[in-house]
Amino acid sequence: MSDVVRPHQDHFFAQLDTALDAVDSVDESAPPASLWHDAWQSLRTRPIFWVSAVLILLVIVVAAFPRLFTSVDPTFCELKNSVRPSISGHPFGFDRQGCDVYSRVIYGARASVSVGILTTLAVVLLGGIVGALAGFYGKWFDSLLSRITDIFFAIPLVLAAIVVMQVFSTKRTVVTVVLVLSVFGWPQIARITRGAVMSVKNADFITAATALGASRFRNLVRHVLPNAAAPIIVTATVSLGTFIVAEATLSFLGIGLPGTVMSWGADISHAQASIRTQPSVLFYPAGALALTVLSFIMMGDAVRDALDPKARTR
Amino acid sequence: MAWYVGRRLLQMVPVFFGATLLIYFMVFALPGDPIVALGGDRGLNPAVVEQLRAHYHLDQPFLTQYVLFLKGLLHWDFGTAFNGRPVRDLIAAAYPVTIKLAFLALAFEAVFGVVVGLIAGLRKGGFFDATFLLVSLAVIAVPVFVLGFVMQFVIGVKLAWLPTTVGGDVSLRTLLMPAIVLGSVSFAYVLRLTRTSVAENMSADFVRTATAKGLSHSRVVTVHVLRNSLIPVVTFLGADLGGLMGGAIITEGIFNVPGVGQALYRAIQQSEAPTVVSLVTVLVIVYIFANLFVDLLYAVLDPRIRYV
Repeated sequence: MSDVVRPHQDHFFAQLDTALDAVDSVDESAPPASLWHDAWQSLRTRPIFWVSAVLILLVIVVAAFPRLFTSVDPTFCELKNSVRPSISGHPFGFDRQGCDVYSRVIYGARASVSVGILTTLAVVLLGGIVGALAGFYGKWFDSLLSRITDIFFAIPLVLAAIVVMQVFSTKRTVVTVVLVLSVFGWPQIARITRGAVMSVKNADFITAATALGASRFRNLVRHVLPNAAAPIIVTATVSLGTFIVAEATLSFLGIGLPGTVMSWGADISHAQASIRTQPSVLFYPAGALALTVLSFIMMGDAVRDALDPKARTR
Repeated sequence: MAWYVGRRLLQMVPVFFGATLLIYFMVFALPGDPIVALGGDRGLNPAVVEQLRAHYHLDQPFLTQYVLFLKGLLHWDFGTAFNGRPVRDLIAAAYPVTIKLAFLALAFEAVFGVVVGLIAGLRKGGFFDATFLLVSLAVIAVPVFVLGFVMQFVIGVKLAWLPTTVGGDVSLRTLLMPAIVLGSVSFAYVLRLTRTSVAENMSADFVRTATAKGLSHSRVVTVHVLRNSLIPVVTFLGADLGGLMGGAIITEGIFNVPGVGQALYRAIQQSEAPTVVSLVTVLVIVYIFANLFVDLLYAVLDPRIRYV
């Protein structure tokens, strides 16, 4: 604006002692507040977030270094100890086969946690790519990918997993369980990603990036995806819990992980026989499983609330 | 609306063929021979294997098998189980039981989920809300089969209020506990869904208008808030009907309910591929139709959807 003000033109300018004054009081040197920064500010004040974060961290440490928590060999079982209640050194007592329940719960964490994390990673990768491509490129490409998503979505996860795991009867490992759960678990993430990408791709900042010369692909990777990530992360966190339950269900049915791999699902299944004589044999692995799943669900809930500005102001 | 229905029906066609082909592929084309598995460790006479292969069209190319299977479906012929019984009979015997169980579970989760969710949503942040939010989280986190054992043990064995298993006696009394276990996870979701949308709608403009024009609190809540909050809940319940049919595998196993889930589980354990394919196909068809029904219902309840 030039300094020359012609007569009678001055009343076109805003009077800066009005409400606009507040604009000047904003500290421009402060780092720009992003959605993630805001979310973190809100998250750190919430006890639920800290409780679930500590629990998740604990379970991961237990899964990675079970030896830190017990020195008892979970595969050392003596039938003379069958369903004995807890004694010193064996706080959770013994199961039907005379194995130490506490040490089995500790060692069982690895199977559940690795299946949960690996499946979630695979599902986010697969579903994310399909959903992002479908949502971003649209048109016939979207129709094609969406129909493929529908096909996999039409078969319930556990049902499909049961059928396929039965076929894999001779080579059941953590990898096959992860593979099976991923192949039938990705449609949900794909749908969420597609919706999120579609709602972001027409935003003004994308148009601005295009005007500045960004290619379509760069737009997708640098601008659309980071802004569509929130719902994907929330869904992924919650479905991590679902995958852990799915693995336990398969192991419970006897078609999940093989008997040589210790897992909570298999232990729960074996505890079924001794529930009437000693319910605690069922209680500990089931409690560990429930607590792990619960902490992932609570984490997802907390992150969703933090990322949703509407929920935050209330 | 007619346009919307037509489009949704057309979209269903590739999904139906794709899903059935996928199931067929999973069971028959993946490694492992269902006929050889039939013989167990001792193995079968090669001549018998050949004959069975021909009988189940396993000597034909994969796609021919699939087309023959589809042709059978159109003629209401689901094939024959390995024990010689037509799968159609198996379905006719097992399906009514599972449908009864699923609808009972649906009724449980709808009634209790909506009522508890409504009260929690109206008192968001209060003691009732916090308690049931915690309960719903616990129900979601505890696997269904653990809940099943615990209820069976406490209510069935210790307190002896309800029979522990169903067996041959399929009645409301025996099905009650399995239905509650089957519907428990969805109950938690219905509760949370109702609570969120009630709490959201309570601060909506139309509710303020309704209060401002002098309606009583109970009328505002039942007519204006609850009705609008039920839209997402109804669609969830519709989609869940298909899910309950699938979830019945676990529940029916625990409570010995003679339904589809148990038949399917038995067929899987005995590696009866043709039976598995037919039972899963029927479940998937129900699931697809339930989803279609939900989409149409959603369009009826919420007119905005139709024009998207």
